[in-house]
Parts: sequence; C-alpha cells; structure tokens
Amino acid sequence: MGLLSKKDSKLIMDPLADNNPITIQVLGICSALAITAQLKPSIVMAISVMFVMGVGNVVISLMRNIIPSKIRIIVQLVVVATLVIIVDQVLKAYAYSLSKELSVFIGLIITNCIIMGRFEAFALANGTWRSFLDGIGNALGYGVILIIVGFFRELLGSGTLFGFKVLGDSVEKTGLYAIGYENNGFMVLPPMALIVVGIIIWVQRSRNKELIED
Amino acid sequence: MAIDTDKNSYTIIFSIVMVVVVGSILAGLASGLKPLVDANKRFEKQQNILYAMGINANEGTSDVAFISTDEVEDKFKSTITKQYVIEGTEASENPEAYLIDIKKEEAKAKDSNYERKLPLFEGEKDGEPIYVIPIRGKGLWDAIWGFVAVDKSMTVQGVFFDHAGETPGLGAEIKQRYFMDDFEGESLFGESGAFKGITVAKGNADPKNQRKTDNAVDAIAGATITGDGITAMIKKDLKMYVPYFKTLK
Repeated sequence: MGLLSKKDSKLIMDPLADNNPITIQVLGICSALAITAQLKPSIVMAISVMFVMGVGNVVISLMRNIIPSKIRIIVQLVVVATLVIIVDQVLKAYAYSLSKELSVFIGLIITNCIIMGRFEAFALANGTWRSFLDGIGNALGYGVILIIVGFFRELLGSGTLFGFKVLGDSVEKTGLYAIGYENNGFMVLPPMALIVVGIIIWVQRSRNKELIED
Repeated sequence: MAIDTDKNSYTIIFSIVMVVVVGSILAGLASGLKPLVDANKRFEKQQNILYAMGINANEGTSDVAFISTDEVEDKFKSTITKQYVIEGTEASENPEAYLIDIKKEEAKAKDSNYERKLPLFEGEKDGEPIYVIPIRGKGLWDAIWGFVAVDKSMTVQGVFFDHAGETPGLGAEIKQRYFMDDFEGESLFGESGAFKGITVAKGNADPKNQRKTDNAVDAIAGATITGDGITAMIKKDLKMYVPYFKTLK
C-alpha cells in the first residue's frame, strides 16, 4: 500500500484505537481535562502536541546514538522544552487571543507524559521515519480524544460549536431553548471532562473485550 | 568510529553543545518574533481602552467582543484625540502615554520623592470629551487590572477589567459583561461631593443596579476577594486623578 508498509501504518493506527495514549495508557489526562471546554482550544492543543511530538521524536531518534545515556532524560526534556517554547512564541505572534486562552497549558505540554513516554520508549530505539510516524500516531490518538471531549463539552455545556450557536440562543430562547432546553453548566467544568473520558473508555472496552484488564 | 558515550568528558561536552545550540535557536526565534508579539500586546491594550469607551463589537447580549485587531490601531488613533501624562495637577500631552507601565510607576512611587506619572487618554463620545484611566490592583491569586472611562465630572461611562489568574467561574467573571456593564453611569463621588469610588458590594439592596448614585455595584457570588480587589484599585488609582479632574471644571 504505497507510502506506508503494514508495520508502519500500524504505528499510526494503533494509538488511535487499541493503544490510545489517553483511554488505554491513561496518560496526558490533565491537559485533556483543562482545555477541552471548547472545540477550538482542543484542536489547537492537538495540533501543538502533534508538532512537538512529531518533531521531537525525529530529533531524539536522530540523536539516539550520540545521547549519553546518563543524561538522556535531561536531553529529552530539553528537546521538549525547546519545541514547546517555539510553539508558544509562534502562537503569541500569530494567534495572540488563542494563546491567551490556552495560557499555561501550552507551557504544560512539557509535562505531558505522552511525549516523554514516546521519546523514552520508542524514539531512543527506532529509526527516524518510524519514530516520526509513532509521534504523529500518538499525537493523533491524543488529539482525537481531545476533540471528542471538546465537542460534547462545548455542545452540551454552552450549546455552541466553534462559538456558533447550533442549538439556538439561550438568552433569547430560540431553537431548542424555546421548548425548555437548558445548557448543562456542569459540562463546562473540568470534572465533566473526566466523566466524558470515562465514558469513552467504557464504550471502547465494551466493544473490544481484549482491552479489559483483570 | 565509535564514540564512547559513557565517558564523563563526553557527557559534559554534549551538554555544553546542546545548551549552546538550543539557546541560540530560542534566542534567535524570540528576537525574530518580538516585533509581532509586541504589536499584539499593543493591539490588546488599544482594544481594551476602546472597549472601556464603549467602542466594541458587542451585539445585544453577546459575550465581550473587541473590535478586530486589523482596524484597532486606526480606530485608536482616530478616537483617542489626546494622550496626557499627569504629574500632580499638571498634564502634558504625550503621544506615547499608553506605553507607560503602571506597574513600574507604582513601584517607583514607593519612593516619596518620586512624582508619579499618570497616563490619561482623551477621546470624544457623542460630542463630549471622555477620559480613560488605566488601573491596576491585586485579586485573589494574581494581578487584576482594567480601564475606566469617565466623563468630565468623573461619572463612569464604561469599564474593562482583566486578570492574570483568578478562579474560572468565580473571580474570572470580572471580565464578563454582566459584571462590567453594571459600572456604567455610576458616580465616583458621594452626595457630599467627596471621592468615594465604587464598591463591589455583597448584599447590595440594589441587585438590578438601578441606583447610580449609591457608589456600589452588585458583587459576584463566590468572588469576594477579587471584588474587594476591584473596589480597592478603583479607590486607590482613580483618586490620584481627582486633583486633575477638579481643574477641568
């Protein structure tokens, strides 16, 4: 199948489903809770993480034979931190209001365990191309969950998608609100993200019984 | 040629090279993007000032909406006719007044010999002059700041508040319209003519904010300390402008 061999496409597809970093490995939860109240920041966060993870995995993989093993964790940290600062600066320059909205969470990509986890577990031991695919795959797996959670939280919590009032105007009582529908204010708060992630985990494991641990 | 990556000397050289490379990349990037970032900060400030004056993209009961960054600079230049720096009761025109960092002025003013520079922006609204005053104070977790637009007799025409890190859903609500809109029309002076500021009051007998002369607006439930911070910064910072406004009458 052309560009990707079977083994390579597994690197992309696995994290999307049966080895998802959030729902199966339960990593990167804190940012998944914090920034998913709306769709737009969720997507920007997903793209930022994809950049950091894709490029980071490549850089680490290129350097894997020259990194002194004694300080490899520090080297990984420096690579993540550098890439995150680049993302932060670029957002500040080209998407200022968005970077204000995401505030500390861009900086906190540094502490996203998925990234360091992939550097340590995959990029240090694999070739550049495969590491790149692995990074993109895991970032996609992370991003998909973020977007699903963001979709439901924005829709049910604020009645909007990307800021558009898809359910009608809650103040002027049009659309769904005319028949007595109310926004669920709880959806906007972080605890609800955890519950949505929990529901995704539930659905996923009931469809694929092999994922259930004893 | 195999390198012995376990040697201490190698580790040290590797770290030094890494730090130098990373440092130069980031320094280059930061200074390359600085003009853009600075412009964004300036636009934001201009948007905030114009917002306080009632020039914004609000529609009906919409959320806070600024005028777009593309047109804000032109709009700012055409709306703000004069910018002053006030020292004591003396005001001198200074087109760069909006660059004054109130935080730094506040720190310098701790030295009692220092005459604090107060920036003031003058514009026009419905044929009347309108003045915008920047204020700054402390919330619960971090700094809060804002802009207050007043007319010649120091009746509030509009406000804008922002914060660095107040609690979402509680203190952070100070930048929502339902809170900021309440300030419109409030007087800063009591009935005796003495400066009283505006109190963010709990248990306010006037929750719909019909009375504009009570020097109070309704507080946000659960945001007592942020509200007190707003009360304090209005009292403290606007008071410094009173001598100048007295000379306008």
